[in-house]
Amino acid sequence: MAMLEVNNIHTYYGNIHALKGISLEVNEGEIVTLIGANGAGKTTTLRTICGLLRPREGHVKLNGEDLAKYPAHQLVYKGVAMVPEGRGVFAQLSVEENLELGAYSRNDKPEIAEDKEHIFSLFPRLKERRNQVAGTLSGGEQQMLATGRAMMARPKLLLMDEPSMGLAPILVEGIFDTIKNINAQGTTVLLVEQNALMALSIAHRGYVLQTGEIVLSDTAKKLANNKTVQKAYLGVD
Amino acid sequence: MKDRLKNLDLITAFLWLLRAAIILVVAWGTFKTLLSNPYTSRNWLDFIIFGIAQGSMYALIAIGYTLVYGVLKMINFAHGEFFMSGIFTATSALAIPLAASGFMDQHPLLSLLAIGLLSMLISVGIALLTERIAYRPLRHAPRLMPLITAIGASFFWQYYFRGLFGSQVRPFPTVAALQGSIPFLNTTVLKTHVLVVVVTVLALVALNFFITKTRAGMAIRSVSENKDVAALMGINVDRAISMTFATGATMAGLAGLLYALVYGQVHFFMGFIPGIKAFTAAVLGGIGNIPGAAVGGLLLGLFESVGPSLFLQGLGIPAFNQLKDVIAFTMLVLVLIFRPQGIMGERLAEKKA
Repeated sequence: MAMLEVNNIHTYYGNIHALKGISLEVNEGEIVTLIGANGAGKTTTLRTICGLLRPREGHVKLNGEDLAKYPAHQLVYKGVAMVPEGRGVFAQLSVEENLELGAYSRNDKPEIAEDKEHIFSLFPRLKERRNQVAGTLSGGEQQMLATGRAMMARPKLLLMDEPSMGLAPILVEGIFDTIKNINAQGTTVLLVEQNALMALSIAHRGYVLQTGEIVLSDTAKKLANNKTVQKAYLGVD
Repeated sequence: MKDRLKNLDLITAFLWLLRAAIILVVAWGTFKTLLSNPYTSRNWLDFIIFGIAQGSMYALIAIGYTLVYGVLKMINFAHGEFFMSGIFTATSALAIPLAASGFMDQHPLLSLLAIGLLSMLISVGIALLTERIAYRPLRHAPRLMPLITAIGASFFWQYYFRGLFGSQVRPFPTVAALQGSIPFLNTTVLKTHVLVVVVTVLALVALNFFITKTRAGMAIRSVSENKDVAALMGINVDRAISMTFATGATMAGLAGLLYALVYGQVHFFMGFIPGIKAFTAAVLGGIGNIPGAAVGGLLLGLFESVGPSLFLQGLGIPAFNQLKDVIAFTMLVLVLIFRPQGIMGERLAEKKA
């Protein structure tokens, strides 16, 4: 049984039919990527999975349990954390407070402190700036913070929405290395990306999303070699 | 220079003239007042002390406006009624019977604690009820709707409490232990004023601890920045919003007790003017900013108390002492024109989405 099972979801913004029956699966231990152009419905899919949006049809199941009955704020207690689009750090809170909020769902204080040190060892820049308000961080540092904050929840499934957005290429590589490491340590990852090349290079499997529908799904390797994908998303002629 | 003058548009020019005129009027009034020297330094000190005591109450009430604005971006015009409901109930149902039975004179501290607690409890209850029934269903409505609802809620509570306890002014029992004054520098300070300032400082310290150090405070701060992301952290946004209303109402309930002690009376309409003044204070300090509300309250109290005698008396304005409300609301208008973000607020345009 797949860890995350999205079955034929239809999500609307008012009368706009944004997701037209998306189905996908994420198995435990995988990195699965969802690629597609701007406006294809990638973020909408993630927001529907985590309960910030509700599908009109279809359902989202986590380990076989339908998530429809849980409000968004209970998802993290089910082991799902998200790095939201545009990073979504709390700009007026300090770096350390942001990380502590990431662990809001937990109450094992000593282990939270340990995890915080672990995040600081992964991202030494954050440690240097632990008392600074997050709004003063650079884009790359905010991405580190958003990732670290999500890790503080000790999620089983990590949803990442465009972690490479607005970052310099060298930072993007660093972020993708981090995702690989997080996955290697046992966290399942669903990665939404516009940067298809990078995403397919670390993912096990991928889905291609186009105007609210899945048009292709395959292993990451095969997708990267697929002529249509290369043309449309990888910039290869 | 010439180019600059040419580019000056009419409105900017008018605003500069307005600024200059205000500064001139204030300076001229101050100069004339000081020249005729109607007050001793002791009088001035009295004005300042009264201003600080008055400002402390505004500060406590202003916290509620600023907290709610922080999380909902909405001006809760019913907040003055949260302030009124607590102390009006506590006075009618507890303080007056306590005083009549003589218990108040025997145990003044215990009585005041009980009255204060009841006042805060009722304020919080009314606030939670208003939020749940009137505001929560409108959470995703256009911003004008909750605003109008708030005004409606304000009237509802005013007349509800008038129905409950009557429309007459009720005297708050005098507390023997708080009568009289104590010497301070070269003047004396009323004991009630000392109590007001001490209680306000303690309340603000406690509030600061609650907001910055506790789990609930962190939840409130994160919700005020981004509700969706706060929910992803596992924070129950609705509960955090209720908590915000409860925190503001606690401060308002406490301010109610202080108000009753200073003015010695309560009535169903008592929340209106202090409510609007505290709103002014919150805007003055920068709405959404908690230290700003405290600073704004204090400044407004000081301006109101010192202003009429300092700026207006010298101008030969009759009955200048009646004009402290004019000063307060003139300040509101001026802040909105010249510094809409308030003293400690950030410019809205600079705020990152």
